[in-house]
Amino acid sequence: MTRFLLKGLFYDKSRSRLPIIVVAVGVMLTVFMNAYITGFMGDTIEMNARFTHGHLKVMTKAYAENEGQLPNDLAMTEVSALKEELSGRFPELDWAARIHFGGLVDVPDEQGETRSQGPAAGMGIDLLSPESREAERLNIRESIVRGRMVQNPGEALMADQFSQKLKVNPGDEVTLIGSTMHGSMSMYNFKVAGTVSFGTEALDRGSIILDIEDARLALDMYDAAGELIGLFKTGFYDDTHAMEIAREFNTPFETDGNEYAPVMKSLTQQGSMGQLVKMLDVWSVYIIAVFILAMALVLWNAGLLGGLRRYGEFGVRLAMGEEKNHLYRTLIYESIFIGIAGAIIGTSIGLLFAAWVQEKGINISGLMEGSAMMYPSAIRTRITPADYYIGFIPGLFSTVVGTMLAGIGIYKRKTSQLFKELEA
Amino acid sequence: MDKNEIIQIKELKKIFPMGKSEFTALNDINLSLGKGEFTGLIGPSGSGKTTLLNIVGSLDTPTSGEAWVLDQSIGKLTAKEAAQLRKKNLGFIFQSYNLLAVHNVFENVEFPLLLLKIGAAERRKMVMDALEWLGLTDKVRSKPPQLSGGECQRVAIARAMVKRPSLVLADEPTANLDAANSHHILQTMVKLNEELKTTFLFATHDEKVIGYLKRKIYLFDGKVAKDEWVTSNQTAK
Ligand SMILES: Nc1ncnc2c1ncn2[C@@H]1O[C@H](COP(=O)(O)OP(=O)(O)O)[C@@H](O)[C@H]1O
Ligand SMILES: [Mg+2]
Repeated sequence: MTRFLLKGLFYDKSRSRLPIIVVAVGVMLTVFMNAYITGFMGDTIEMNARFTHGHLKVMTKAYAENEGQLPNDLAMTEVSALKEELSGRFPELDWAARIHFGGLVDVPDEQGETRSQGPAAGMGIDLLSPESREAERLNIRESIVRGRMVQNPGEALMADQFSQKLKVNPGDEVTLIGSTMHGSMSMYNFKVAGTVSFGTEALDRGSIILDIEDARLALDMYDAAGELIGLFKTGFYDDTHAMEIAREFNTPFETDGNEYAPVMKSLTQQGSMGQLVKMLDVWSVYIIAVFILAMALVLWNAGLLGGLRRYGEFGVRLAMGEEKNHLYRTLIYESIFIGIAGAIIGTSIGLLFAAWVQEKGINISGLMEGSAMMYPSAIRTRITPADYYIGFIPGLFSTVVGTMLAGIGIYKRKTSQLFKELEA
Repeated sequence: MDKNEIIQIKELKKIFPMGKSEFTALNDINLSLGKGEFTGLIGPSGSGKTTLLNIVGSLDTPTSGEAWVLDQSIGKLTAKEAAQLRKKNLGFIFQSYNLLAVHNVFENVEFPLLLLKIGAAERRKMVMDALEWLGLTDKVRSKPPQLSGGECQRVAIARAMVKRPSLVLADEPTANLDAANSHHILQTMVKLNEELKTTFLFATHDEKVIGYLKRKIYLFDGKVAKDEWVTSNQTAK
C-alpha cells in the first residue's frame, strides 16, 4: 500500500511536484525573511555598539548623565589602570578608550587666513597601537575614499562629505578649535591623511577621527578618556550577560556620592538603544508571525485544492472497499511527506540564499539617507539555529492542516456523491 | 434469505431531498436475485437504475424498506461494515471506467488486492490471471491515458473481477464504447459469469447489453415495470 501511495505521489506531478514547489517557496521565503530580520536587527545593534555604545560602556556618573553634551571636563582619569582592571575582570570583552568631542575645523589658506570652517564631531580612538582593533571595528580601512589610513601621530581622517564641503584634500593641514578638559580653548593642527565614508548620515556629516593620543594632546586629557567601551569577543551582543557584568561592576559604587565614580552601562541601558532593541525584537516576531500566517493560508489552500481535485479518485477507492478512515490517513501521510520534502528543499534553498546575502550584503544606503539613527547601509542576513527549523512551521504544519480540512469533505459526502462529482 | 439468493429487496424507497420538496427516485421496489444471474436493470435515463445499483453496492442507503445483499442489510451497516462488504464481495464497473490515471494497468488491477492485504506473490498471480481473461497481458505497464476506451473498460473489468467477487455491479458499461468493443466486453463478461459463477447486475438502456441479458428488469419512474427471464435459445448472438 505504501508503495502504491508513493507511486501515486511520484507519477502525479500535480500531487507531488506542484505542492512541493509551493511549500518549498513558502518555506524558503520564511527562512530567508527570518535570517534577514535577524541580520538587520543584529547589524543595527552591532553598528550602534561599535560606533557609539559598545556592548558595555564605562563613564563617570556625571559624564553619563550629560553624555549628549560630550562633557570632557567630566571624563575619567587614570584610564590605563581602569582598562587593565576591566580586561582582567571581564576578559570576554575587548576594552577600548574613546574620546568624543565637539569642535570647529578651520581650514587656512596659504596666508594662514581662514578659508573655510565647519563644526565637527570628533572621535579619538586608538588607531596606532598594534594590538588595537578599533580601526577594524569601525571598518575604517574599507571606508577610506581618498588618501590613506592614519599612520603617524598628528594625522587625522575626515568624513569625505565633510571634506568636500570644506574643500579639504588629503595632505592638507587643518586646525581643530575646541576646549580642553579644563575648560580653556585649544587649538591643534593636524594633517588630513585621508577621507572616509561610512554610508551613515549621522557619521558622514561632520566626523573627524584621530588617534586617541592626539586627542589627549589636543584636549589636554592626559591618560583620560570620556568612555571605555567593551565589546564581546564573540561579536554578538548578549543582553543578559551584559546586564550581569554591569551589575557586578556597579555594585561597589552604588552608594558612592562622588560624581566622578565610574558607572557601567549595557547597550540596552544607554539612550534609546533599549527601546530600539525591544522594538526590533517585537517587530521581528511580528513580521515572522504575519509571514508564517500568510504562508499557512496559501499552503492550506494548496492542500484544499489538491484534495478537491482528487474526489473522483477517492470515490473509486471507497467503492473498492477502502475505509474512509484509511483513505483519510493516507492523505495525511502524503501531506506529511510533501510538507517534509518541501520544507527540506525550501529550508536548504532559503539557507543558501541567506548565506549568500550574509556573505555579500544588499546595499540599501539610498533608503536610509537623512536618517539620524545609525542603520547599517548594507543588509546582511544572519543565519541562526532557528532558521533550520522555522520553515517547518508553515511548511509541514500548514500542508497537513490544509489536507486535514480538505479531507473532511470525504466524510461529509456520501460515497455515491463523490461519484457524481467524478462523473460530471 | 434463500441459500441461493444474493440480493433481496423489500418495499424499498429512496427519496432525495430537493431543496424544500422531495424527489422519490425509487418507490416500492421488491426484487430478488439468485446467485449466478446475468441480469440487467433497464429503463430510460432518470428511471432510478443508478440509484438502485448504488444501494445494492452499499454506496448509498435506502430511505425505507430493506435491501439485503449477501445476508447483510444495507441500511443497517456501519460505514466500516459497508466498506468490508464492498472490499470482499463486490466489484464495480462504471460508464467512465474510473481508472486511476497515474497508475499503470497492473497497479489499477492490483489495488483491490492491496486492500485485502494479499501477499505480493499471490497478488501478482491473481492480477496476471485477470489480465489474461481480459486479453490485456501486453498492456501491463501502460497507463490509462495511453489506452483506448475499450481497453480501459477491460482494465476496469479486470479490476472488478481480480478478487473474484460474488457480485459485479456494472453501471452503463458500454455507454462510451463502439459496437465492436461493446460486444467484446459483453462476451467476456458472459464467459466470466459462466466460468466463475459471478453474479452480474447491470444498469443499462443499451440494446447491445440487453441482448446478452438472461433476465431483464424494467424500471420506470422508480418502479419495477416488468421483470422477465429470457429463455436460453434467445440469448446471445
Ligand atoms: N443525490 C441526488 N439528489 C437528488 N436527486 C437525485 C440524486 N441522485 C439521483 N437523483 C434523481 O433520481 C432520479 C434517478 O436517478 P438515477 O438513478 O441516476 O437514474 P438513471 O441511472 O436511471 O438514469 C433522477 O431523476 C435523478 O435526478
Ligand atoms: Mg444512471
